[in-house]
Amino acid sequence: MSVESLVSQLKRGLDAPICLTWELTYACNLQCVHCLSSSGQRDPRELTTGEAKRFLDELRDLQVFYINIGGGEPMVRRDFFELLEYSISQGIGVKFSTNGAFIDADKARRLAAMDYLDIQISLDGTDAVTNDAVRGAGSYDMARRAMDNLAAAGFGPFKISVVVTRHNVDQLDEFKALADSYGAQLRVTRLRPSGRGADSWHDLHPTNAQQRQIYDWLMSHGENVLTGDSFFHLNALGDPLPGLNMCGAGRVVCLIDPIGDVYACPFVIHDEFKAGSVRDDGGFAKVWKQSPLLLELREPQSAGACSSCGSYDACQGGCMAAKFFTGLPLDGPDPECVVGHGEHILAEVNAALNPKPSMDHTKPVRVTLTSTRKLTVVS
Amino acid sequence: MTVLHTDSMTVLDTALELNPHVALRPEPFGALAYNYANRRLVFLKHPDMVKVANSLAHHDSLRATLEACDIAPERWNSFVTAFESLKSSEVVRER
Repeated sequence: MSVESLVSQLKRGLDAPICLTWELTYACNLQCVHCLSSSGQRDPRELTTGEAKRFLDELRDLQVFYINIGGGEPMVRRDFFELLEYSISQGIGVKFSTNGAFIDADKARRLAAMDYLDIQISLDGTDAVTNDAVRGAGSYDMARRAMDNLAAAGFGPFKISVVVTRHNVDQLDEFKALADSYGAQLRVTRLRPSGRGADSWHDLHPTNAQQRQIYDWLMSHGENVLTGDSFFHLNALGDPLPGLNMCGAGRVVCLIDPIGDVYACPFVIHDEFKAGSVRDDGGFAKVWKQSPLLLELREPQSAGACSSCGSYDACQGGCMAAKFFTGLPLDGPDPECVVGHGEHILAEVNAALNPKPSMDHTKPVRVTLTSTRKLTVVS
Repeated sequence: MTVLHTDSMTVLDTALELNPHVALRPEPFGALAYNYANRRLVFLKHPDMVKVANSLAHHDSLRATLEACDIAPERWNSFVTAFESLKSSEVVRER
């Protein structure tokens, strides 16, 4: 079977996802400006330890080989190691994403002793100024400390995960050198206008000239750099990048949020893309196999306004989430369409009407002690 | 019978088995093979591939497995290519 027909098979969906992301908690010590899940505060409806383990049992029965755990900051959960160990004991390998805040020397040794575990540390700049502007004060040092601790504990090749923005695109070589210095693997992904990213996207997303830069850089690094297949919209620039070149939403990927809701992909935490809940009768398996939303996503998608463009076969119209949260029609060009079709439509969109994330767990801005005192004096 | 090129003789006459780190998950097109040790995911793109992969350990060679699974000889070349690739990606191994 050729790669082409494999992709068309995959587009019709699999019996279970290949790549399932599970955000364990909305709680986070950071408040990154591009957070896909608008994380910050814990949601009181979070799955309990028992529910989480039952969900893992279900994934084991569906033969889901591995899961991607994220958040929020997943290590904030007190049962984090319990769930990690339980998942691995059930034959479900884990890759988890973290900002590194809780990987001290002890935890690093504990993690290094586990099999079937990958760790992905987020870093959005090779210097504190660039990184902290997006991820918050102190977050660069936090991530580097975690990397040092993992290296010292002999964890092996962890991953450094970078969201490419207008401000760090010139650092791609430096990110690669940093990863190499740790014997780590570099992963670069696309910035999405999802979650808090809806507000920061316009200032952070790469310019069209920078998109060409990213494409050329990825082409020259091939499969040595991971991308989570996230840059397939750039394929309109030339030969395809390594990967399947398709949107996996609801077909081979999905997202489980901390309260058990199932979404089509990690970038669309919005009611319109909610397929059900692992708490529903029939659990996750029924949602994956029978949800009308997911079944619809597995139908052939219309090229719509893109059908007259010669590049559609290469870029597939880009990312559904990127279109949705920038107010563009789903059967039209990606806002970052390299041919420039997205830009024109984007200019006509009234951004005030764009869909907002259905949930926001951003922490409220705290009134500082000084200002409280001032208020007291005034009153 | 289809004439096979010399290199193919090696894997055809080799006793193979599924790598013990590999799990197969049936899918409409065939199966997904996941190697827990090297974390590679590989597609087995035909149900017959899955049948053969699962029977390897019961026969003395890939040739004997293909015969036992009733795979028509004119298809053997493609199976040889596929199993060479599965061997290099550590989905199957020599025993």
